[in-house]
Amino acid sequence: MANIKKPRVDAVLVGFGWTGAIMGMELTSAGLQVLALERGENRDTQPDFAYPRITDELSYGIRGKLFQNLSRETVTIRHTPAEIAVPYRQLASFLPGDGVGGAGVHWNGHHWRPLPSDLRIRSTYEERYGKKFIPEGMTIQDFGVSYEELEPHFDQFEKICGTSGKAGNIGGKIQAGGNPFEGARANEFPLPPLASVNSAKLFEKAARELGYHPFPQAAANASRAYTNPHGAQLGPCNFCGFCERYGCYMYSKASPQTTLLPVLMKRPNFELRTRSHVLRVNMSPDGKRATGVTYVDAEGNEVEQPADLVVLCAYQFHNVRLLMLSNIGKRYDPATGEGVIGRNYAYQLNGGASLFFDKEQPMNPFVGAGASGSVIDDFDGDNFDHGPLGFVGGATINSINTGGRPIQQMSLPPGAPNWGAGWKRAVKDNYLYMASVGSQGSVMAYRDNYLDLDPTYKDVHGQPLLRMTFDWKANDLAMTQFIGTKVEQIAKAMGPKQMKMNFQKPDAHYDVRFYQSTHNTGGAPMGTDPKTSAVNRFLQVWDVPNVFVMGASAFPQNFGYNPTGMVGALAYWSAKAIREQYLKNPGALA
Amino acid sequence: MKDESFADRRSFLRRSIAIVPAATAFGAGGLTGATLAQPSMANAPPPAVTAGPPYTPVYFNATEWTFVQAAVARLIPSDDAGPGAIEAGVPEFIDRQMEGSFGHAATWYMQGPFVEVSPLFGYQKKMPPREVYRAGIAATDAYCRKQYADKGFAQLTAAQQDEVLTGLEAGTVTLEGVGAKDFFGFLLQNTKEGYFSDPIHGGNKNAAAWKMIGFPGARADYADWVDRPGVKYNLPPVSISGPQG
Repeated sequence: MANIKKPRVDAVLVGFGWTGAIMGMELTSAGLQVLALERGENRDTQPDFAYPRITDELSYGIRGKLFQNLSRETVTIRHTPAEIAVPYRQLASFLPGDGVGGAGVHWNGHHWRPLPSDLRIRSTYEERYGKKFIPEGMTIQDFGVSYEELEPHFDQFEKICGTSGKAGNIGGKIQAGGNPFEGARANEFPLPPLASVNSAKLFEKAARELGYHPFPQAAANASRAYTNPHGAQLGPCNFCGFCERYGCYMYSKASPQTTLLPVLMKRPNFELRTRSHVLRVNMSPDGKRATGVTYVDAEGNEVEQPADLVVLCAYQFHNVRLLMLSNIGKRYDPATGEGVIGRNYAYQLNGGASLFFDKEQPMNPFVGAGASGSVIDDFDGDNFDHGPLGFVGGATINSINTGGRPIQQMSLPPGAPNWGAGWKRAVKDNYLYMASVGSQGSVMAYRDNYLDLDPTYKDVHGQPLLRMTFDWKANDLAMTQFIGTKVEQIAKAMGPKQMKMNFQKPDAHYDVRFYQSTHNTGGAPMGTDPKTSAVNRFLQVWDVPNVFVMGASAFPQNFGYNPTGMVGALAYWSAKAIREQYLKNPGALA
Repeated sequence: MKDESFADRRSFLRRSIAIVPAATAFGAGGLTGATLAQPSMANAPPPAVTAGPPYTPVYFNATEWTFVQAAVARLIPSDDAGPGAIEAGVPEFIDRQMEGSFGHAATWYMQGPFVEVSPLFGYQKKMPPREVYRAGIAATDAYCRKQYADKGFAQLTAAQQDEVLTGLEAGTVTLEGVGAKDFFGFLLQNTKEGYFSDPIHGGNKNAAAWKMIGFPGARADYADWVDRPGVKYNLPPVSISGPQG
């Protein structure tokens, strides 16, 4: 293994998914020489997501061709600090990305903005319900940035993605057909909503008749041909049913490849090096500045890459782990509650109902798009009175049909056997007639749900794996039980001949064997107090001003929405601060 | 949707089952999935996939191959409802998976130590799936010989086979040197995968399982079908490799 030292660059980006691509665009626009290091392969619509090979459910949806290869690196998991953590050996509960575009290639395109109250959650609950309402051990905190400050960047990212939706609040005026609970937006969505699939029509009607406020899911799946502000073109979604877990062969789903890379890759002041796995951020002897990064290239050479500015743009886990491996910031200690790196790991707590209709109502479940459906926000965030309920948080409730891929997405009515003649009869009788109602619920932050380095297990480079200590807590289980009653009410009103509920019981423990969500958050939370946050409100590391950390690792707790809209907006917000303030005076931003 | 070719195949299957008792037909090794499937292909309208020679397993030995066929024939039996695992080519699919990255656990984290913990943390053993199959088949056969008058799994009646499979699934049957639930879990998962995956992987012959449920496979183009409530989609499935008979 050779040791190589490369010439200095102005900025190095670690990881090249959504936030890497956004930072690449913004920092090259500012005139910097920018290098992106991506541990995975290069990938593009052609040839990697081309029809018909991308419709291979086994290879992509089940074996996970586009996901992180766990044989090289994974995390370890345990429920409590007293247990031994074991490796997450097979992909199941969450599916981190790998390669150019990252998980931005194989997301569904649910494009959300958090509620204004989500961003100041502790203040909101204390003001409305009193300080004692937040239970002991729950370490939720405000993001330190307001909805109003982020609004231009939510808007910017929606325009980049060509997001299809219906506004519910433009400039404070409630709009018919949109989400009446959302924060005020400056503009309507760039594209009208996707057409509504069969199951979503039933949901929409049922929810409206029950007095709720359904609206079309905002979709980063283009409903029309679209050219974004950079000149990148998207084509209309054809409801192919191969969205999440797959790359989009139609150039319809917003991804770095469809929205930013066609422009960025041509810029002379930008360079991408794939198969370059960053081992650590290198630090000055006094530990106050980063001097660049060290990575392992495809041949196994260890390469030192000097840079003035280091931006961590990897998946949430990797950002947190890199901070730890580089000894940046003080590690979180659950015994004392002190330290910030690894603090406030959170997840999401989802549930759902499977619905089965009679022969007069075929659902054609394969007619789907990643974000085609209808949703209500009535029981999410602080859109309802938590006083009598006693828990913090909530969930969006939706009927979204992403497809009817028969290995992954087959669901059967209660009592159907798992195999044998009865199973076969059940799949034959129910497949065309199945639909679902789902919930996506918040998970709060707790003193003993956190991330650190595993003492035993290592990755292929000999570095310790990240260790996750996480279990469901009573507050969030109470939330999902409550949401279950609402899901059941709506699902029944949709008129299925049979249905099956699937919600976590009040005594449930986190079970990694089933897919739940790739919305892992926290571990490098943002905030206004260096005692409780790893990065400031511009995503700049408190102690090391030339390191910025993008992504959902900055969420102090998790809300009931998909994170990408927030992650994109935060990257633009941070990039603006770097361009307008940091580059003029490279120090701590205030 | 009336599907004549499917009705033809069903009547063929009824005939073939009438001639050969199911347990013997699917368990005896001599009559393979491929030989069973060939006449039904010949009945089908213009086949895009021509029937090749009977599949010869690469990973499984003759005894194991007999076991796999007998087991998947119970997990998805052949009957009037649609193709069974044998006609669908599930044994071929599983054999190919054993030789691929799945069988070798190539994308799983397989470094030790291997610790015994709650099942909630997923499969935590050192054996990759292909070794679990090898050990699981041998141990299940050994169990059957002890319990059923020296008969291996493939020689049991259908009812006895179901009894054994139910015991493996529930963990009430314990196996020497391998977890019964682990073995059964992989076997059932792979059987369903072979039944429903694209025919390019060796199972789901002629996309017959897709036809049975109404999944159009690789068509993946439904803009015209979004706004047609109450209307059943009416085109037959296609594979990544093209139309299926």
